[in-house]
Amino acid sequence: MTNLLTLHGLTKAYPGVVANDDVSFDIGEGEIHALLGENGAGKSTLVKAIYGLVQPDSGTMTFRGQPFAPSNPNEARAAGVAMVFQHFSLFEAMSVAENIALGMDNPPKTADLSKRIIEVSGKYGLQLEPSRLVGNLSAGERQRVEIVRCLLQNPKLLIMDEPTSVLTPQEVERLFKTLRQIQSEGASILYISHKLHEIRALCERATVLRLGKVVGSCDPRVETNKSLAEMMVGAKLATPKKTEVTLGEPVLELDGLNLKSDDPFGVSLKEITFKVRAGEVLGIGGVAGNGQDELMSALSGEVRVDPQQICLNGAFIGRESPSRRREMGLLSAPEERLGHSAAPTMSLADNILMTAFDRQRLGRRGFIKRPPTTHFAQAVIEAFDVRTPNETVHAKSLSGGNLQKFVVGRELLQKPDLFVVNQPTWGVDALAAATIRQALLELASSGAAVIVISQDLDELMEISDTLAVLAGGRLSAPQNAADLTPEEIGLLMSGEVAA
Amino acid sequence: MIRLEPRANPSKTMVFLTPILAVIATMIAGGILFTILGKNPFEAIRIIFLDPLFNEQFASYARPQLLVKAAPLVMIALGLSVGFRANIWNIGAEGQFIMGAIGGAAVALAVHPLESVLLFPLMIIAGGLSGMAYAMIPAILKTKFNANEILVSLMLVYVAFNFLAAMVTGPLKSPIGYNFPESRNFQEYPSAHNAELIANTGLHWGVVMTLGLVILCYIILTRHIFGYRVQLMGQSPKAAKFSGVSPNWMIVICLGISGAFAGMAGLFEVAGPAGKLTTTFPVGYGFTAIIVAFLGRLHPIGILLAGLLMALTYIGGELAQFQLSLPAASIQVFQGMLLFFLLATDVLVHFKPRFEKRKTI
Repeated sequence: MTNLLTLHGLTKAYPGVVANDDVSFDIGEGEIHALLGENGAGKSTLVKAIYGLVQPDSGTMTFRGQPFAPSNPNEARAAGVAMVFQHFSLFEAMSVAENIALGMDNPPKTADLSKRIIEVSGKYGLQLEPSRLVGNLSAGERQRVEIVRCLLQNPKLLIMDEPTSVLTPQEVERLFKTLRQIQSEGASILYISHKLHEIRALCERATVLRLGKVVGSCDPRVETNKSLAEMMVGAKLATPKKTEVTLGEPVLELDGLNLKSDDPFGVSLKEITFKVRAGEVLGIGGVAGNGQDELMSALSGEVRVDPQQICLNGAFIGRESPSRRREMGLLSAPEERLGHSAAPTMSLADNILMTAFDRQRLGRRGFIKRPPTTHFAQAVIEAFDVRTPNETVHAKSLSGGNLQKFVVGRELLQKPDLFVVNQPTWGVDALAAATIRQALLELASSGAAVIVISQDLDELMEISDTLAVLAGGRLSAPQNAADLTPEEIGLLMSGEVAA
Repeated sequence: MIRLEPRANPSKTMVFLTPILAVIATMIAGGILFTILGKNPFEAIRIIFLDPLFNEQFASYARPQLLVKAAPLVMIALGLSVGFRANIWNIGAEGQFIMGAIGGAAVALAVHPLESVLLFPLMIIAGGLSGMAYAMIPAILKTKFNANEILVSLMLVYVAFNFLAAMVTGPLKSPIGYNFPESRNFQEYPSAHNAELIANTGLHWGVVMTLGLVILCYIILTRHIFGYRVQLMGQSPKAAKFSGVSPNWMIVICLGISGAFAGMAGLFEVAGPAGKLTTTFPVGYGFTAIIVAFLGRLHPIGILLAGLLMALTYIGGELAQFQLSLPAASIQVFQGMLLFFLLATDVLVHFKPRFEKRKTI
């Protein structure tokens, strides 16, 4: 096998941190190559260098036998490199077709492009409607836009950053089929993921990065999840455990919640009925865009419903505001970290005020008390091992995993009676994800009720007591998680089984 | 070649430095403009920035004018800055200024010639409420129909101008004014007159109130949860909603505050320095205040300083007009350049310029 891309001694330093330190490895032609590493290990910087978004300080690259030093993504694309980002680079106010046209150097006419999009998306099993607005798409659907955008360019090397974090098992299977199809057509794939079993199932070779350096290379097919994770983290890992508790009284009851979506492409919730008891972790699975965001906002209070449709500790709260619900013990953390559960260019201390101001009494007559706010931020940083210099840095300067630990920690330290979280470990590294799951289990053990909305089935199987699935705005009846097989859940997810 | 490198955190130094850079760049570009117009650029800049304060011949007139002109600019800009922080763009302060002046003046004219100490406070309240009510039009259209508040508030300025013309030729026309399109003169109406408090200082109640509002806004915006929520709304309406802020309420409140401030500024102006309602008494404070708000970094203290600087260019500009016979438009261009350069230099807050040779790998 000849090498498609060779990296030699690549180094890139930012003020205060060496993101890549003398990194060398190669990707063979027609190879699916995994790049493994924790958040902050330098994976992103490395792939950005390959994609022309950053210029390395030193080192060389060879692509298809030619010296390769793209100074911008256009050059990289022209050479045959395409990339699907973890954070989508899409314009919400534009349609799918317009977004795809923006990423192309010579976009065809919209009608032709739409035809091509339908063709390619059909061929690779990625359903897309070219005329829909991206703003109305779920995370999973947005990712399909990104993938189709890349596929339209017939790349030689496709870089995928955390592509499966929002997909169902069936969708992952389909994606893998797509990727193998791309591979069989002669292209190589550089696959970045924290999901080790996927890497083991898909990739032929893995390069492991830690703190900017290559610390190993292996054939993932002969490794175990544990051995891979420990190679990546450089330490021994423990799996989250829950101490057994007897489930108490229902904390939250939803009785036939109906919610009509204002958004023409949104999903209306239909007759959602369930109970969560004290000490219980209720997992809600389902494919992105099946009503998760709508359910989340109905529970958090961002959208109001009829009062008696939501009952918290015996009180009807359907009309209460998010702040009032927090005071009553319902805390939540939505999926999107930057811009929803956290304000990107506010300090961590200021981000504390977003949800803790009233409940933690961080003010007097509306005037903010700074010292307790700072202390609370520091307590969250310490309790959840948030890697940050201090509480004055902007939220957006934290890595995904660290910010998520901060957001979850901010809510958990407020001792909720009920905690609702949407995609708790989306785009979060293995170590942070384990910390977050462990914290959710500890919260339930302490007698609180927890609702975890997630598309990561492994996660739900690992932490849920009961499990229900959202499909088309309807929720299946919660069942004991231990009695369900992944196949059964997968069927519920596809909405083929009436609940 | 110059490369811009994103900064990890926005530069605090640059936040303070860019307004100064913008003023310097404006002086240079303005100097070039004046040279093209055939004037001595150094003289023009001196007349605009220094003569109003230090030239013996003009200073006695110009110094009090500084407060007279700065007060409405600062008051309006303070109100606008609250909305701007929340990404709510009230561009129609000029209209709310006019409506405030009409509303406040109408109260006094309706009860003419009442002598009461309560009249002037009542006029201020009426002025504020009129401006606020006028700002409710874009607020309601925005919250109910998602109509762009920039366009609505801007277009309402021209409606206000016509309303003013209708008022001074109709119900509010002075009965003793020989049919001129103007109201009674407030200088001849002691209980309604916003007089100078200390002779030859330019200090009137509007100036006092402006200073009070600077302090109030400073406290609310930096110490109070309302200021935090305004900022959160500006960063992300979604995050604000999650936090428990109703975006629609925020739109109503922010437009209400900026409308009320502009309305009060209008009342103080018409009852004091302008003296009476005429079709020409609004001289564009409502628009210039937008520049002041940005030049002052949407910060109350910054706005105070920016308002004084802007007032200086108004007075200096007038001086330059009759001393060097510069066209009035050239002074407006000069003021506009200030905002332009401020926005241009703003890039330095988030990016670091690196001067280097283009390297090839």
